[in-house]
Amino acid sequence: MTETPLLSVRDLKLVFDGRKGPLTALDGVSFDIRPGEILGVVGESGAGKSLTGTAVIGLVDPPGRIAGGSIHLAGQRIDNLPAEAMRALRGRRIGAIFQDPLTSLHPLLKVGDQIVETILTHLPVSRTEARARALDLLEQVGIPAASTRIDHYPHQFSGGMRQRVVIALALCAEPDLIIADEPTTALDVSIQAQITSLIKRLCREKGAATMLVTHDMGVIAETADRVAVMYAGRIAEIGPVAEVTRRPRHPYTAGLMASIPSVLRRNATLQQIDGAMPRLGAIPPGCSFNPRCARATELCRTLQPTLGLQAHEAACHHPLVEADHG
Amino acid sequence: MLFFIAKRLVNAAGVMLTVALIAFIIFRFVGDPVELMLNEQASQAQRDELRQRLGLNNNMLVQFATFVANAARGDFGISYRNQQEVFTLIAERFPATFELVLMATFLSLAIGIPLGVYTAIRRDTVLARLLEFISVLGVSLPSFALGILLILLFSVTLQWLPAFGRGEVVQIGGWSTGLLTPSGRLALIMPSVTLSLFQITLVMRLVRAEMLETMRTEFIRFARARGLTDRAVHFRYALRNCLMPVITVTGLQIGNLIAFALVTETVFQWPGMGLLFVQAVTFVDIPVMAAYLMMVSFIFVTLNLAVDLAYAYVDPRLREDAVAGTANGR
Repeated sequence: MTETPLLSVRDLKLVFDGRKGPLTALDGVSFDIRPGEILGVVGESGAGKSLTGTAVIGLVDPPGRIAGGSIHLAGQRIDNLPAEAMRALRGRRIGAIFQDPLTSLHPLLKVGDQIVETILTHLPVSRTEARARALDLLEQVGIPAASTRIDHYPHQFSGGMRQRVVIALALCAEPDLIIADEPTTALDVSIQAQITSLIKRLCREKGAATMLVTHDMGVIAETADRVAVMYAGRIAEIGPVAEVTRRPRHPYTAGLMASIPSVLRRNATLQQIDGAMPRLGAIPPGCSFNPRCARATELCRTLQPTLGLQAHEAACHHPLVEADHG
Repeated sequence: MLFFIAKRLVNAAGVMLTVALIAFIIFRFVGDPVELMLNEQASQAQRDELRQRLGLNNNMLVQFATFVANAARGDFGISYRNQQEVFTLIAERFPATFELVLMATFLSLAIGIPLGVYTAIRRDTVLARLLEFISVLGVSLPSFALGILLILLFSVTLQWLPAFGRGEVVQIGGWSTGLLTPSGRLALIMPSVTLSLFQITLVMRLVRAEMLETMRTEFIRFARARGLTDRAVHFRYALRNCLMPVITVTGLQIGNLIAFALVTETVFQWPGMGLLFVQAVTFVDIPVMAAYLMMVSFIFVTLNLAVDLAYAYVDPRLREDAVAGTANGR
């Protein structure tokens, strides 16, 4: 990794201050995203994927707070910026796409006005120019008859079309980084593929790096360059998509891969990982996956494994090796 | 849209007919109108003659139909007390009440909305908490008590404002307005403040609750994620979404204001419909009471209709004719 990373997250720790003391939701999360790269972040619900995205865009609301670590965007530290500076950064240099297009748009404002307003907030253009730009964006995200649709309200669009509008909104000030938080989860399967490829295409065209948060390994495999697997607020494994999916090293990743049904193999029962992810207040010492792990030893129950600095790393004392994949 | 309006109009007519029936029953059965209108020396012939003239010998349905037909033309008969046309009496008093209610509504929105927004977006500040505390007082303080306190302070002690009446009024057509003279405006201050205090706190608490609710929605989060300024997020995005319930409540509360105006008008001897009604009650002036009832319900129904139409204006999702060739995602 010689290139300077666009986004660099180091030892990010995020806690929620509760009545019984702070709960650690993210613990020592570190990763980089290079310019133009798509990093997939997977994990089950509550693993901290969305929270990581939220921390990057600086929208962690109380009682949550960043308790440690740092976030750098193109070399500039952004996790401790004043609110106003961070606001100016959001939308301008970091765009966000949220999960549910049905609730992401203001129901009472025309989609065009919402785009124009966002453009005017960030770029020194006139209202007419902003509108022309908004129209152009709507065409780019594949909205038919964009010139009439620009004056429609969100409820007049279908879910997939609304997500296209959301993407147009995220891209409207040409940010360097897009945080896409489960952008296809709320959509029909047939629409999911369209939206996924749209995000991929636009990010490539505009050279924007993307952090793609999802729990859908299929989406990751199709879209991302690298993938980070999260478990209980930590990164379990990170590496190039092909590597991680074909030769997972962390037993959790391996379990995750095995639980994806295949159309090629006829499995009588679907594989699953026994047990459930621990709750935030009850994360075991050592490796947080140890209670569910077949390979766990005494070491795993006492010492927390760390990630190294190689391209493909797993936070595991007993990683799976080539021989395990047969 | 047209169908929507037509449906609402039919509903409104139904409500008005029901109210008319109640007003008619009061008029017809609370005491014998003939007894109330003639003095004790009247002969049986005179009684029969009046009974005939009032149509009281007709069948009940015919009487009701006549009552409704007359009411629709604004003819509510003659006041028992001062033998004037009831309609003229009410028409004379209406502008006073209307100006009072209008002013109170204006105050409740002009003060209540900003306070509600402030207490929602700066909810942890001392001032916001203080305002919330005061708002509880505002809700619990009865308007007549406040009115009397205001009179004591500003009229008796400080002698800044008149304690009663409307001040000088100017006639414009059939409308008497106090807004154009300095004394009329001064006289309006205390009654409208008294009348609006409850509404101010109501609007404030409503806006606060709605704002807090809206601030948690995804579209606000997405607006913030796009880096929109706090001002845009709070006022353009959040407040706009809160206006629907505010419109509803304000619209419906105007009706309540007219009802509350009765108390305020009595305290300040404000020559409006409320005061007329209170006087009518003391003199068992049934036609005035019936007409007041009809009048107030008419205003209520009209306001309801106006609120429905305002919805359609604020919320594009209710303007069905605007939906053209779209697929829905739900």
